[in-house]
Order: sequence, then C-alpha cells, then structure tokens
Amino acid sequence: MADSQIHVALAGNPNCGKTTLFNLITGANGYVGNWPGVTVEKKEAKLLSDKNVTITDLPGIYSLSPYSPEEQCSRDYLMSGEPDVVVQVVDATNLERNLYLALQVIETGLPVVVALNMADLVEKNGDKIDTDKLSKKLGCPVMMISALKNKGIKELFEQVKKSAASKGQVPEHKFDSSIEDVLDHIENNLPASVPANKRRYYAVKLFERDADACKLINLTKEKAARVEELVAQCEQDCDDDAESIITGERYGVIAHIIDECLTKAPAKMSTSEKIDRVVTNRILGLPIFVVIMFCVYYIAVSTLGGTVTDFTNDQLFGTDGWYVLGQGRDAYDAAVEAAGDDADSVDPAQYGPYVPGITTVVHDALVAGGTEDGGLVDSLVCDGIVGGLGAIFGFVPQMFLLFVMLSFLEDCGYMARVAFIMDRVFRRFGLSGKSFIPMLVSSGCGVPGVMATKTIENEKDRRMTVMTTTFIPCGAKLPIIALLMGSIIGDSSTTAAWISPLFYFLGVFAVIASGLMLKKTKLFAGRPTPFVMELPAYHFPAIRSWALHVWERCWAFIKKAGTVIFASTVVVWFLSNFGSYNGSFGFLPAMDGIPEEFMDYSVLAMLGNLVAWIFAPLGFSTWQATALTVSGLVAKENVVATAGSLLSVADAAETDPSLWTAFAGMFPTMGACVAFGAFNLLCAPCFAAMGTIRNQMESGKWTAIAIGYECVFAWVIGLFINQFYNLFVLGQFGIWTIVAIVLLVAMLFQIFRPIPAHAWTDEDETNTASAAVSA
Amino acid sequence: MKTLGDVKVGESSTIVKLHGEGALRRHLMDLGLIKGTSFKVVKVAPLGDPVEINVRGYELSIRKEEAAVVEVQ
Repeated sequence: MADSQIHVALAGNPNCGKTTLFNLITGANGYVGNWPGVTVEKKEAKLLSDKNVTITDLPGIYSLSPYSPEEQCSRDYLMSGEPDVVVQVVDATNLERNLYLALQVIETGLPVVVALNMADLVEKNGDKIDTDKLSKKLGCPVMMISALKNKGIKELFEQVKKSAASKGQVPEHKFDSSIEDVLDHIENNLPASVPANKRRYYAVKLFERDADACKLINLTKEKAARVEELVAQCEQDCDDDAESIITGERYGVIAHIIDECLTKAPAKMSTSEKIDRVVTNRILGLPIFVVIMFCVYYIAVSTLGGTVTDFTNDQLFGTDGWYVLGQGRDAYDAAVEAAGDDADSVDPAQYGPYVPGITTVVHDALVAGGTEDGGLVDSLVCDGIVGGLGAIFGFVPQMFLLFVMLSFLEDCGYMARVAFIMDRVFRRFGLSGKSFIPMLVSSGCGVPGVMATKTIENEKDRRMTVMTTTFIPCGAKLPIIALLMGSIIGDSSTTAAWISPLFYFLGVFAVIASGLMLKKTKLFAGRPTPFVMELPAYHFPAIRSWALHVWERCWAFIKKAGTVIFASTVVVWFLSNFGSYNGSFGFLPAMDGIPEEFMDYSVLAMLGNLVAWIFAPLGFSTWQATALTVSGLVAKENVVATAGSLLSVADAAETDPSLWTAFAGMFPTMGACVAFGAFNLLCAPCFAAMGTIRNQMESGKWTAIAIGYECVFAWVIGLFINQFYNLFVLGQFGIWTIVAIVLLVAMLFQIFRPIPAHAWTDEDETNTASAAVSA
Repeated sequence: MKTLGDVKVGESSTIVKLHGEGALRRHLMDLGLIKGTSFKVVKVAPLGDPVEINVRGYELSIRKEEAAVVEVQ
C-alpha cells in the first residue's frame, strides 16, 4: 500500500445497512431504502475522520457467483488487488443468510473485518451473539456496530486499520473432509503463480466450474481435465452437482457456527409480522394499498401540494402578489369587486401586508432603471427568465411533499410489499411489481416518476419502465385534457366527465401495449426476470437517511431538470418573439406596424411550417398545432398558454369557452382534434422529463430509443384515431387509411403473437454453457 | 413431483431438490434454498401470486412459476 493510503471495500447483503454505514462514515448522501438492491454501482468516498482512507461501497449482493452484474462488479473489485481490507457488513438479526456471503468474502484471502450491524436490534430481540467465538470460527475480527445509532464505528475503523496492515487470513472454516480432499487436489493443480491466500478461493471456484475464474486461471489442458475428473467423481459420490455441493457445505458450516455463537431468545411474533398480517392480507392488501396511494397522491398533488404550487406560480412568481398570512386578502377582493371595470386601479398595498409577485417587482425595477416597458430586455427577463424559474420552482413544493411520503414508504419497507402485491399484474406485460411505483408517481409528474425507477435493479425492467412510465398523464397534461374536452363537447365539467378517465385509460393502454410489444423485441430479449425478493422487516426510517433521500431527489430535480426547463423556456421565448417581418429580422413586438398576432411571423411559425407535414396524416398540419406540440415538448404546462397566445385569446384558461371554439377551429375534424390530444399526451414528455430519462438510462443510445419509441408510438395512435374517424364517421378512404390498417395489423400481431424463441435465450447461460464445455 | 408452489399457506415443508438451471437456480441456492432446508409458506399475494415464504429466519417473495423448480417433500 502506497503512502499509507488505505482502500476499504464495504461488502454485504442487500439491505444490511451498508449504505447507511457508508453515509455515516463518509458524510456522503447515498440513497438508502428499506428495499433490497438499492446500490447498483460501487461508490467511492473518503473517510470523514481520516482522509487517507478511501471507502468503496459495493452493491448489495447475496453471493459472489458470476450471474448478476452486481455480483460480478463486486467480485472483480475484490480480486482487483486494490482493496487492502474488506469490511463485511452483516445484518446481525439474520446471521444465517448474511454469513453465507461473509464466508465467500473471507475465502478471497483479503483481510476481512466482520461488522455485525444492527446490534441494537439484536439486543432488543433478546438474542445474544458471542463475538469472540464467532471471530475464532471465522478466522477474522468481528465487531458489533450500529450504523443507525452511530455505535462502535470508531472501534471498527481502528480494527480496520490494523487489519489493513496484515497479509490476510487463510480461511478457518472447513467443509466436509471428502470435499476438502478434492479441494486440496485442485489446489495442488493450480499454477504456482496463484498466491497462497488466494489458492483456496480459486480451488472452490474451479470446483464450482465458475466460468470467469476458469478463464482467469487458465489451467493447462491436462490439469483442467484432471480437475474436471475430480469434480465429476465427487458429484457422482454426492449425487448432486458441484454448485449445490458447495452451497450445501457453506450452509452446513454456518449451521455449526450459529449453534455455537448465537443464543436466540424464545421466538415471539415480531412487530413486522403483525403489521404484515394486516397490510399484505389476502383480502385487505389491495384496498389498503389503494387507500395509502390515494392519500399520498391526494395530499401531494391535489390539496396541499397543489395549493402551494398555485401559490408559487401565480402569486410568488406571477403578477398577482400575495398577502402575508392572507391578511387583507378579503378587503382587497371586496375592493376589486366594488371597483368593477377599474379593478386595475385598486392598489393592493392599501389593504394589508402586501408583497408583490416577483415578476411585478422585477418588471418595476427594470422600468425604473430606464428599461423600455414591454421592450426586449423586459420581455426576456420577466417572461423568459422569471417565468421559466417560476415553472421550475412551482413544482418543487409538490414534489417535496410527494417525496417525503414516498421516501417514507420506501424507507420503512412498505414499497417491497407493494411490489409483492402488484407483481401479478405487471408480470403479464413484461414488467415486474417494482414498476408500479414509478407509474404511480408519474401521474403526478414524470420527472420523479422516471427517477423512481432507480430501485428496479434489473436493467431490462428498468429501461422498459423508463420508456413507458411517462405515458401516464401527469398533472401538467390535465389542462390539455380539459381543453380538448371543452373543444370537443363544449363543456369541460358536467356531461363530459367520462372523457377525462378515457385519457388515463389511453395512458394505461399505452403502457400495457408497449410492454407486450417491447418484450418480444431483441432489445428486451431474455427470460422474464425472476422475482425472488427478500421482504425486509419494517422499521421506522432514520430521520437522517429519510431527509437525505428527500433532499437528494428534490435537488436532482432542481439542478438537472431546472437547467433544462430554464434554458428551454428562454429558447421558446426567443423563438416566439423573434422573426422576420417586412424583410427585417428582429424582436417582433417592437417592430413598426406589426399586427397583434406577431407570432405568425416568428421563428416558431417558420419551424412549425417546416415540420407540419409530419402531422398531416394525423389531421393537423397547421403551424399553430405543430407549434403547440413543440411548446408541449418544452413543458406540457405551456400548451394551453401558447394556444391562448397563438389563437389570440387573451388570458386564456382551459375552462374558457372562447378558447374552446378557437381551438376547435384549428382542426378540420373532431378526429384530428382527438388525434392531436392523443399525440401530445403520449409523445416524448417535457424537456425536464427527457433530461431525467437521459440521467436514468446513462446512455445516449437508450435515451434516443426511449424518446424515439414514445414519439413513433404516439404518432401511430394519432394516425389510428384520425384515419379511423375519417373512415367510419366521414366515410373517407385514402392511402393513409391503408397505412393505418397495415400498422394496426402489425401492432396486433406483435401484441398477440407468442414470445419468440430468441427471447428465451439468456446471454449468461450461453456464456456459462460454452465456458463449461471448454473447461 | 410436489413443488414449493403446491404447498398451502400456513404449511411447512422441506426442500428435496432444486431443478432448473443457470442464474435462477444459483440465486435460489444463494438465498439458502437448498436440499434439506425447511421453510413455511406464510402467505399468498392478494392476486394469488407470488407467495411469501419464511426460510432461514427471513421472509422471501417468490413467484409460483419460479417456485416450480423447487421440489419439496
């Protein structure tokens, strides 16, 4: 080890408190959830108390087998020669399964310190662990700690530094003598280049016919044949395969250790079991889940969160302004009513502690500073920048509330139960129970929805969930639905109440159809992911972890999505305010003789005209409709407002009948109008969500696939609606009708055909099989 | 062959053999489902699948489809 730098690897089962320990000792804010498999990649940070110590947090794993990417990642790192010492974190409340990995890590020959975490819980349960005996049995130091309560951490790292200086241990534990004989023989056949403390590890791996280890050791042909002969003989003697033999031996060793080192208190029903008897009850499970989710959604999006968001948008950032604690609001409202048409002349400051909106303050300051009222700078700063920031921050309170509640449900262990309850439904279309939470969150906002896919450890499942989750209509799409309903039926509230759910069904249909189609493509080929998942015991989340969790999610939104929305708002402002009129290019509102509808001359109009042909088969090819779609890509919140300004309906809201008429006038038929709605609800989400998709996919290619798929799917659905409306209602038949029919048949085929054979070949399996043959 | 999926809720049994192959089989073994392990089926999800079993002192959720590779007494 160079310059007394120490590299420490943190290894352990999923959900054993490893990440809590990592956060505690490094001050980092890694994500912790009471949910197996939260860390997918290894993370690195310096120890707070000693900068010479680097800690690497490995993904939570159950074994060092070569099958999952997490296991390979951990094992490669352990064998890379970089770590000087491994801290094996063990959930002391579940010694038996946790020691299984510990034994394997000890076999690597690296110096190991076993940290028995959750010592406080063991004590509470009345169990007793004899650490000295355990230490002797395992051949390495064993320390009791509690990462949650910050106990025993200092002592642990004193021991870690001592162990780092040692050469590592030869494992103490022994398997059955007949197996040990075979392992000895294999060890003798290993090349001399394998160091003494690693020989046992490789002997076991060769016994298991571990493909990666075979490749690494690269035995000569005769020796490989000799080893294979030994293993095959042993398999015959034990009437079992090599992997099972070793697993059985390991659990056998553990059983002995536990007999000697653990005194269990008489079993009683744990609180966790009591909760679970109700929460995942066969009859009550689903209703309880629905009620919990309804409450979360209702509080975060509809009531409390919605109010705060409206306040942020209209009063704090908008032009309305606000009264401290609402004092004077009633008096002001009364005065406005009394003033009638002269409402603008009422000075709100006379009626109470009034604070003007940020837009107003900035606007006044600019004008006072000599900027032209309504000019270029004023417009850019007030409409572009402040408006853009408002759009971002308006969502923060809502998301904060959502995250506080969802993070609690995740950290306490409920989300694992949700996956358990919902798995049956989602498996049908190629997803797992874990896909449900992102979809649910997406009904509020797609950004945290896509972020919530982080907990799905299987890459294929995660990608597919990311691709489909934004089909669920988010809060910002609701005004678009209301506008459509008004335009189609002429009433957004009473008679058309059934149309709004139709768009939700459209979203759900899109998710299901996409799942069914995508899982049969090469992109998602492979066996259905096994859903073998540990259901962790419930616990009240540590406030620190919970807060960190909420903060991490909120901050990610503000930082990443914020920059994207912000930049794009300014771009759209530019596109719609600049253009050429009478042969000169410039800021349109300031031009001489420009008509009220200056946007007709804007760059946005030009771009709209350029791409409008794409939407001709969907029935809407005006530049206005196209421009609306473009503004929807920036943020779905923009669509209604943009429609208002494009159609010159001042102060437009989605409930305004004059906007409905103007909006309906943009489309030749009702089919086109619905097609427009469907396209906008299903196509690529807003810039913020696309930015988040990019973050989650961690791949430009997959981001392009996801967004491309969403747009094409939306276009095809729009095409169906418009063309079949034309065909069945108007009796029109054309070339695009044929295209629509062909596409519909292709889609139905893809949905209903059986799963193709290639989807069942698992890459891992073919690799293992071929390696086994060559060995 | 009786499999883990056939065990009724509330009943206990012992694993006889693990069938199947590859990653799933190894994963089940790593989780402690090996020959001779006793377990108890704690409950079944509201929609009939997956099931929750108690094995080696912890709770595990497993789909019936995957449970079919675990032969039990």
